[in-house]
Amino acid sequence: MDLSILSYQFMQNAILAGLLGGVACSLIGVFVVTMNLSFIGVAISHAAFAGALCGAWLGFNPLAGAFLFSLVAAAVIGPLADRGEFNPDTPIGIIFSVTMGMAFLFMGLLPGPKTQALELLWGSILTVNDRDLLLLAIVAAVVVSLVVLFFKEIQAVIFHREVALAVGIPASLIFYGLLFLTGSVITASLRSIGGLLIFNLILNPAAAAYQLTYNLPLMFVLSSFFGVLSTWVGLFLSCLFDLPSGATIVIVSAVIFVIAASFSPKRKVKKWREEVSAGPGKVLF
Amino acid sequence: MVGIIGPNGAGKTTLLTLVNGLGKLLQGRVEVLGYSLQKGCPAFLRRRIGYVPQIQNIDPRMPVSVREVVMMGRYGRLGLLRRPGPADRRVVDSMLQLVGMSHLASRPIGHLSGGEQQRVAIARALAQEPEILLLDEPTAALDRRARVEIMTLVSEIHRSRHLTTLMVTHELKTAAAVCDRLILMKEGRIWAQGTPAEVLREEVLDLLFGGENMMENAIALQ
Repeated sequence: MDLSILSYQFMQNAILAGLLGGVACSLIGVFVVTMNLSFIGVAISHAAFAGALCGAWLGFNPLAGAFLFSLVAAAVIGPLADRGEFNPDTPIGIIFSVTMGMAFLFMGLLPGPKTQALELLWGSILTVNDRDLLLLAIVAAVVVSLVVLFFKEIQAVIFHREVALAVGIPASLIFYGLLFLTGSVITASLRSIGGLLIFNLILNPAAAAYQLTYNLPLMFVLSSFFGVLSTWVGLFLSCLFDLPSGATIVIVSAVIFVIAASFSPKRKVKKWREEVSAGPGKVLF
Repeated sequence: MVGIIGPNGAGKTTLLTLVNGLGKLLQGRVEVLGYSLQKGCPAFLRRRIGYVPQIQNIDPRMPVSVREVVMMGRYGRLGLLRRPGPADRRVVDSMLQLVGMSHLASRPIGHLSGGEQQRVAIARALAQEPEILLLDEPTAALDRRARVEIMTLVSEIHRSRHLTTLMVTHELKTAAAVCDRLILMKEGRIWAQGTPAEVLREEVLDLLFGGENMMENAIALQ
């Protein structure tokens, strides 16, 4: 294969965007998967997409609109998930459908060709510029630092929010912080991965890592690895076969999940549980 | 050791969680460890109160080990940006030993049985080195053997550590055996309180449960 394509600036930018976006999205994914926030994440990512289109329609920076909308979505959805006594699926579903409606409304209202709107919808990792990269780098650095600095608090909140609160951890602050962080990561990755596809890159690598380990730090590392692997392999395949990059990246991440799920030691969880109840046996990793 | 008993919906758990601020105080006054709680319980006070919630289903795939769960009891005391040190690990080891879970320390928490998970929850609450221990139906949903084991453990811990313990329970018989004082609740109010002998009288229980559970309670009391 001709590797000269790697010498082009746009390709180097895309590889870097894949690295930064892959790490940021898949780290966020660990919270989403372990805290059962999949539907909340989908709603926030679509709100970001609607916000970006609103920004484009009103003539200001689409990413500022995306950031604002995702924060508002997180602030509205957070308390719904917080109540705990009823399943928040229905209200979140309504918010999700409203954000989708708004997105397509703004797309319809956008004058002229819809190239920018479609780019936000599908993403275009091959056209990311230095400013996008800087934003991605900042967000990825913030996510990595927060995970390292507040690991023990995050671990407790992931395990059980009520327990985390009871031992004296500011659990609500951590929970809302994670929701806002999800909104920020989605905003920063919108241009490269796209509003419709971004959530798959958040969910799939973390879901794959969840299948393979009982160790939370290792799950963060594996998830990042799968995230970057998805973007790089997806990028490579999209160039090789001339496919849309965002869609290829997402399909690769789904394939990685299927492979991880097929080899998952957790498929035998029920059997192990019975063994553990019966008495001490093998030590799991 | 205080037992809180009463029919479902009497407000037992609400009373318990008002002490550590997880429950919402709508009216009235709560005083804990010399502090008056108006808007919930601040973090510095929650750290001093161990809490064992009702048994909940933990995802068997949860990537957290038994030792890590017990270590969480130390996190509030440690504060933000500080990692557990050797002293914290020693506390965790001794608590695991106390509840008889040392041999399962590296297991994923979701792989343990209900009774074992409850022992781990007690170890976690004790790892906080609390001044008050709150237990919310520690034996609910457990089989008979596990119920006896957990109640024996709770009673031993209370006796050996002289730890103020508030326990919500449905089991009148065990409550009478292990508690120094009982509080009977109904419809959000305290119905009766005193020593088990003073409180667990047939006419009081008859009034409390409205006759519906009389038979069961009578059996439980025997």
